[in-house]
Amino acid sequence: MKINLKVWRQKNNNTPGKLVEYQLDNISPDMSFLEMFDVLNGELTKKGEEIVAFDHDCREGICGSCSMYINGRAHGPQTGATTCQLHMRSFNDGDTIVVEPWRARAFPVIKDLIVDRSAFDRVIQAGGYVSVNTGSARDANEILIPRTVADEAMDAAACIGCGACVAACKNASAMLFVSAKVSQLAILPQGKAESQQRAERMVAQMDAEGFGACSFTGACSVECPKSISLDHIARMNREYLGAKLTSDNVQG
Amino acid sequence: MAWVTQTLSSSLGRKVIMSLTGLFLSTFLIVHMAGNLQLFKADGGRAFNEYTYFMTHNPLIITVSYLLYTSILVHALMALVLTRHNSASRPVKYAYSKPEANSPWASRNMGILGTVLLVFIIIHMRTFWYEMHFGSVPMAEYDGKQYKDLYAVVKVAFAEWWYVLLYVLSMVAVGYHLAHGFQSGFQSLGVRHPKYTPIIETVGRYFFAFIIPAAFAAMPIYVFLQVHGIL
Repeated sequence: MKINLKVWRQKNNNTPGKLVEYQLDNISPDMSFLEMFDVLNGELTKKGEEIVAFDHDCREGICGSCSMYINGRAHGPQTGATTCQLHMRSFNDGDTIVVEPWRARAFPVIKDLIVDRSAFDRVIQAGGYVSVNTGSARDANEILIPRTVADEAMDAAACIGCGACVAACKNASAMLFVSAKVSQLAILPQGKAESQQRAERMVAQMDAEGFGACSFTGACSVECPKSISLDHIARMNREYLGAKLTSDNVQG
Repeated sequence: MAWVTQTLSSSLGRKVIMSLTGLFLSTFLIVHMAGNLQLFKADGGRAFNEYTYFMTHNPLIITVSYLLYTSILVHALMALVLTRHNSASRPVKYAYSKPEANSPWASRNMGILGTVLLVFIIIHMRTFWYEMHFGSVPMAEYDGKQYKDLYAVVKVAFAEWWYVLLYVLSMVAVGYHLAHGFQSGFQSLGVRHPKYTPIIETVGRYFFAFIIPAAFAAMPIYVFLQVHGIL
């Protein structure tokens, strides 16, 4: 396959970037999108040019590292999958593919296609945990959880924190990510104890990081590699409003 | 009271304000449409004029009308605040973006639709509300009692084809705005349930996005056709 690439090249966060064109002639349709970038970087290395920096780790669709905005869509044209699970057979011979980094105020570009997603880490640190004393393992059936509740929590916990929701949202809102993290704990007995302060703190941190508000366009859920449901956003709205109205935190 | 201001200035709180004012405005549309259906009554405007008299003299209705004006202003101003904040959340835009692949057009253009509606509301209130309250409206007499003949004002306004067209196009904007807005209002409040969400979506999509705007659009068309002797 012949592929024309337009890739965002940016030295660092203080330098303006631009789209640079590259042509690749021998691309196999069986290559993953990231392998195509490996070929490009191999050629750039041979020519003595600087390689394109991009995030990747497991290449199995489960780590959430890869983050490319491909032809106007987060993780490319297919749904329910990350960039590493996108294959070149999804494109036609001679196609021009535009590749950009996630774009959000809260995700500053580090270099080329790599953005700093530590805003997500700080949101998690604000309340995305359960405070339990560690010790010997508990009995598996000590706390009984109905199957449907466990499934719902697991669906939320499938979030790999890749940031596609932010990238796809017209407001660069992190609502799907934060709500998945609030949800996965709020509906389990272990997480219920801290659910009020969790919702308050995580939403406050989300706002402090400079993410936008939710317009309920549904783009996040469509582009999410794990197809996380908008139900979780509604649950977080409930959790947050309920916490604000009934918690004893008068200072806000 | 720090918690109140903090809640209402959070991104979720701002959406709750949009939701509550928006849903209130949606329910107002039902009343407004139901009342104005009297324009279709072939009685020379008597029922309509008696209705407008009631609407401008009943103390409860007058109180609610102030809530209505406030809701319009708060909804519009909060939309401005949110739009600016949301736009600032992505300072560098994508060179190439294909949002139509993942979201409906109306959901992405509520601000544009809302601006169209705000302009429409200003024109609409200047033509009828301002005339009724501060203008010189001719009088009509029914059973010895004097009424402001707002029906005459309606007839003059809707005799102009371009004014009718403006109304019809604005009602299309109402339809698109509510197709997304009505169900989103519930989402912002956290009301989402496998039993009730399909009902809310159906009511939003058919009643608020189609029946209500269609009924409103029929009014200027009907009056236009009547004034010009076509009906």
